[in-house]
Amino acid sequence: MTGSLLDLKNIHVSYGHAEVLHGISLSMEPGSIVTVIGANGAGKTTLLNAAMGVVPSTGTILYDGKPVPRSVEARVAAGMCLVPEKRELFGSMSVEDNIELGGFLRTAAERNETRGELYDRFPRLAERRKQLAGTLSGGERQMLALARALMSRPRLLLLDEPSLGLAPKIVADILRIVAELRTTGVSVLLVEQNARAALEIADFGYLVELGEVKRTGPAGELAVDPALMESYLGVG
Amino acid sequence: MDATIATFLIQDGLTNGAIYALLGLAIVLVFAVTRVIFIPQGEFVAYGALTLAILDTGQVPATPKLLLCFGAVAFLLDLWSWRRSFAMRDLVKNIALNLGLPLAIYGAVLYLAPLQLPSFIRALIAVSIIAPMGLYVYRIAYRPLADASVLVLLITSVGVHLAMLGLGLIFFGPEGLRAAPLHDGSFTLGPLLVTAQSVLIYLMTILIMVGLYFFFEKTLLGKALRATAVNRLGAQLVGVRTQLTGSTAFVLAATIAAISGVLLGPITTIYYDTGFLIGLKGFVAAILGGMGSFPITAIAAIGVGMVESFASFFASNYKEIIVFGLIVPVLIWLSLGANHHEED
Amino acid sequence: MAGNRHILPGALALILLAAFPLLPVPPFWITLANNIGLASLVAIGLVLLTGVGGLTSFGQAAFCGFGAYTTAVLTTAYGFSPWMTLPLSLAVGAAVAIPLGLMTVRLSGHYLPLGTIAWGLAIYYLFGRIELLGRYDGISAIPPLEIGSYRFLSGQSIFYVIWAFVILTALGAQNLLDSRVGRAIRALRGGSQAAEAFGINIERAKLTVFVFAAVVAALSGWLYAHMQRSINPTPFGLDMGITYMLMAVIGGAGYVWGAIFGASVVLILKETLQRVLPGLLDTTANFEMIVFGILLVGILQLSKEGLWPFVLKLLPRSRRSRQLAEPSSQLDKRDMPERGTPLLRIDKVRKQFGGLVAVNDVSFEIKAGEIVGLIGPNGAGKSTTFNLITGIASLSGGGVAYAGQTLSGLSPREIAKHGVARTFQHAKILPDMSVLENVALGAHLRGSAGVFRSILRLERKEEATLLTEAARQIERVGLGQYRDRPAGDLALGQIRILEIARALAADPTLLLLDEPAAGLRHGEKQELSNLLKKLRSEGVSVLLVEHDMGFVMGLVDNLVVLDFGTLIAQGKPQEVRKHPAVIAAYLGGVA
Repeated sequence: MTGSLLDLKNIHVSYGHAEVLHGISLSMEPGSIVTVIGANGAGKTTLLNAAMGVVPSTGTILYDGKPVPRSVEARVAAGMCLVPEKRELFGSMSVEDNIELGGFLRTAAERNETRGELYDRFPRLAERRKQLAGTLSGGERQMLALARALMSRPRLLLLDEPSLGLAPKIVADILRIVAELRTTGVSVLLVEQNARAALEIADFGYLVELGEVKRTGPAGELAVDPALMESYLGVG
Repeated sequence: MDATIATFLIQDGLTNGAIYALLGLAIVLVFAVTRVIFIPQGEFVAYGALTLAILDTGQVPATPKLLLCFGAVAFLLDLWSWRRSFAMRDLVKNIALNLGLPLAIYGAVLYLAPLQLPSFIRALIAVSIIAPMGLYVYRIAYRPLADASVLVLLITSVGVHLAMLGLGLIFFGPEGLRAAPLHDGSFTLGPLLVTAQSVLIYLMTILIMVGLYFFFEKTLLGKALRATAVNRLGAQLVGVRTQLTGSTAFVLAATIAAISGVLLGPITTIYYDTGFLIGLKGFVAAILGGMGSFPITAIAAIGVGMVESFASFFASNYKEIIVFGLIVPVLIWLSLGANHHEED
Repeated sequence: MAGNRHILPGALALILLAAFPLLPVPPFWITLANNIGLASLVAIGLVLLTGVGGLTSFGQAAFCGFGAYTTAVLTTAYGFSPWMTLPLSLAVGAAVAIPLGLMTVRLSGHYLPLGTIAWGLAIYYLFGRIELLGRYDGISAIPPLEIGSYRFLSGQSIFYVIWAFVILTALGAQNLLDSRVGRAIRALRGGSQAAEAFGINIERAKLTVFVFAAVVAALSGWLYAHMQRSINPTPFGLDMGITYMLMAVIGGAGYVWGAIFGASVVLILKETLQRVLPGLLDTTANFEMIVFGILLVGILQLSKEGLWPFVLKLLPRSRRSRQLAEPSSQLDKRDMPERGTPLLRIDKVRKQFGGLVAVNDVSFEIKAGEIVGLIGPNGAGKSTTFNLITGIASLSGGGVAYAGQTLSGLSPREIAKHGVARTFQHAKILPDMSVLENVALGAHLRGSAGVFRSILRLERKEEATLLTEAARQIERVGLGQYRDRPAGDLALGQIRILEIARALAADPTLLLLDEPAAGLRHGEKQELSNLLKKLRSEGVSVLLVEHDMGFVMGLVDNLVVLDFGTLIAQGKPQEVRKHPAVIAAYLGGVA
C-alpha cells in the first residue's frame, strides 16, 4: 500500500463493553477527498476520533506509510487535524485568538503567512476578529473551526459533519472551500450525513452502517447506488 | 480604637491581603488549567520563606537537596513510562530537565550561599530553588491522574500537602524562623509608619498581576493555558499538550507561592506548617471568586486580609475562627446563586 | 451488595473478634484494636459519603469532636449519665451537619470538601478557645460507661462496646445501601440527570448521606470520650480528618467492610512507623505524615478503587442469583387515560441560544395509546425539543401541556411525578449496580421508605414489592436472564432495553425515548420495535426521537419531521416519507 496517506486497517472501538466499530478498513491517497457517509449511529464520528487518537482503538493506523504517533498532539504535529462535530472552539476567547492557537505548533513566521491567507479566504472572520467565538452564528463557527484547523497547516484534514445544523447556502459555501483545499495539497477525510453534497465533491466514498463498511466505491458510483437510499431512509 | 490604630490595622490587612490575593490567583490559575485544587500551595510558601531565612544565615538550606530528590523521582517515573517506546531525543531532554536543572541549582546554591550576597539576590535564589518544585510535583503526583475527577485530584492534593508538610518538618524542624527584611527602610506617611517591606509587597503584587495579564493576553503559551481552561479537547486538537499547560500552570503557581514566601518571611515568623494556614486564606478568596474569577478573587483576598487584621485586634482569640468561618457566608452566597451544577 | 455472600468468613471474623481480648496479647494491641474500631466508624461514614455518594469531607474529625464534647460537658458539668448523652451527641452531630450540608449540596462537588477543610480548622480552634470546653487542656474525669453496676473501665471491656457499635453501624450502612434510599444515594455517582428523571431529590440524597456520615462520626467521638475519659482538641483537628480520608481511600470506594480494613491498615502502619522508625533513623520526626501523604497519592494513581477489592478477590464467593421475597402487596398503578384522548400538547415551543434558534415554534400533539416519532437529520433540533419536554432545558417560548396540566417550567423531577418517564441518548446507567437495581431506580417514586426504616430493615415489604416490580419489567422487556448481572456487562443494545425497563418501572403513561435504536443491529431493532408495539397495545403512549427512518416507518402512528429547528412535515409515516422536503433534508439537497 505504498503511497497511501492514511491507512486504517481493521479498526475496532469499544465504549465500555459495547463495541461500536467492528473492524473498519479505509485507505486514502494523498491529495484526495474521501468521504465516509452513513446514518446516525453508524460510527462515522467514532472512526474519525479513532484516526485522530481522541478515542482509543485497536487495529493499525498508518499515516504516510508509518505507524501514527500515539498522542493527539503528536498527530497534529505530524500534519493531521480534526475539525470535530461540536467544533470545540474557545468560546470565551476572540476569533483572532482562536485562529492564532490553531497554529500553536507552527513558528511565528508560518503563523503570519497562514493567517494572511486565511483572512483572505474567510473575509467574514477578518471582520469579526475581535468578537468572542461564542457569539458567532452557526455558519461562522464552522468557518472559524475550519480556519483554526488550517492554521496548523495540515496535510490531512479530518472533517466531521461540516454541514451539521447549517443552512443549505452555507453548506454549499463550506463544501466549496473544502473542494478548493485539494488544490493546495490538503487531503480531506470528510464524514457527512449530507450524502449527496459530500459525494459531489469527493473522489471516493465509504458507506458505513452499524460500525461496518457496507459499500465502497468512486463517489459518482456510490451516489446512485440503491444501497445508499436504503441505508438512509430504511427499507420501510 | 483611634485613627492611628485603624490605619495601622488597614495597612496590616492590606499587606496580608496582597499576599492572599497572589495565592488566590495562583489557586484559580491552577484550577482553571488543570482542575487541580492546589492545597499544597501553602507548603511552597513556607519552603520559600524558610529557605530564605536559612540563606540569611549563610548556610545551605536543605531544599536544593529535596529538589534533587524530586527531580530524580520524576526522572525514574519518566523512564518507567517509556518502558514500551523509547526515544533518545526525549532521554536527553529528560535528563537535562529532571537531573541537570536541579543539579545546577544545587551547585549554584552551594557556591553562592556562604557569599553574604545582598538580600534581594538571596530572595531570588530562594525563589529559584522552590519554583522548579512545582514542575516535579506536577509530574510525580498529578500528571498520572490527568483524567481523574476533580474530587480525586482534590484528595491527591491533600496527600501532597501532607507529604510536603512532613518533609518540611524534617528539613526545617519544628522551630519557626524569620528572614531578614529585603529592605529595612521605613518612612512616615502622615500618622502612619510605612515599612519598605510592605511597599515591596504591594509593588510585587501589582507587578505579578500585570505580568500575569500580559502572559495570558499577549503570549501564545498564555493563550494556550486559557484555551485549555475553556475547552480541553479543543486545546488538544490544536496540538496543545496537557502536560505542557499543566507544568506551566504549576511552575507559575509555585513561583508565585515562593515569592509570597520570601515577601512574608521577613514580616512574620514562619513555621513549617504556617504556609498551609496562609494558603487556605487564599482559598477562601478563591472560593468567593467561584474558583474562576481573577478580579473577584483579588478583591476578596484584600477583604480576607482586612477581616483578619481587625479580628486580631477585637477578638484575637477568635482570629482563625472568624477568618475560616468566613467560608460559611461565602458558601451560602454561592449556593443561593447556584443553579444546578452537574458533577463532572 | 447482599450480605449472604460472605456469611462464612463473616462468622469466622466475628468469632476471632470476640476472642481477641481474651487472648494473651500485649495491652497496646487492645488499645490499637479499640482505636481501629473508633476510626472504622468514621471511615464507614466516609465510604458512604465519598465512595457511594461521590461527595467528600475532610472535616469528619470535627464531627467526632462534637460528639465527644457534647457528652464530656453534659456528664462532667451537668451530671448526665453517659447513655443519656448518646442520643444528644448524635443529635448535635446531625445539627451541625445539616446547615453545612444545606450550604454545599447545591454547589459542585469540590465545595463541600473545601468547605470542610476550612470548617474543620475553625472548629478545632473553637474547641481550644472556649472556656466551657476547657480550652486546649480539654475536659477530664469523664465517667465511664456502665451497665447496672458494671463499669467499662478496662480496654478489654470497652472493646466489646466499641466493636458492637462498629458491627451494628456497618450492618446499618449495608442495609441503607441495599434499600430505596441507598439506590438514590448510589445514583448520585451516575450524574444527576438520570437520577432526577426518576424523581430522586438529589439535594436531599446528598444531605442524607452527609448527615449519616456526621452522625456516625459523632458516635465515634462519644465512644472515644468514654474510653479515654478525658479529651482535648488534638484528635479532632484537620490532620485526623485527613487520616480518616486515607482510611476510606484505602478501604475503597463504596465498600462498607473496606472501611474497617482501611482503618486497620492506617492505624497499624502508624503504630509500626512510630515504633520502628525512630530506632532505624535516629529521629523523632513524624514520618507517618510523609508516608500517609505518599500512600494517599499512590493509591489514587494505581487503584482508584482502593485496596479492599484485592482482599475481596481472596475471599470465596458464590454467584448465586438473588432470591426475591414474595411481595405481600401490589404497587398502585396509574390509571391509563382513554385511548385517543389528547395526552401531550407541544404548543409553539421555542429555544434560542444567543442568536441561534435551535427550535423554532414547533407544535404537535400526542394522543393516548399512540407512538409518535420525532425525526430529522442531525442538528435538526430533535434533542433540544426533547430536552424542552423533559424539563432539562428551559423554554424560550411556547408551552408544554400534559393531560391538561402545564409541564413547562417544572423540573425533571416534578415532570417524572406526572407519569412521564424517559430514556437517554447516551445511556445513563450505573454499571456497577445489578440490572435489577438499575431498573428498581425507576420505581423510586412508587415507594416511600426513608432512612430510618431502611437502616432498621423495616421497609422489607415495600422493598420486596419494588424489586418484584423491577423484576417484572425486566422480564417484560426480555432481559430476565441478566437480572442479577452488573449492568455494565450488557451490550449497548441491551443497555438501551434496560433503560426502557427502568422507565417502565415508573409506571408511566407516557414514555419518552431518545434515539432508542441508535447503534442497534437489525435484529435488535426488530425486537425493540416489537416491544414498543406490545407496550402500545397495553395502553402506554410513546414519543421517540429517532434518526433512523427505517426503524420508525413500520412502528409509529404519526411522524413529526424537523429540519433546522422547524417542523417541515407531519402525518402518517408512509406519506411523510414521500414528502420531497423530507427526502431533501435527509439526503441533502444537491448543492
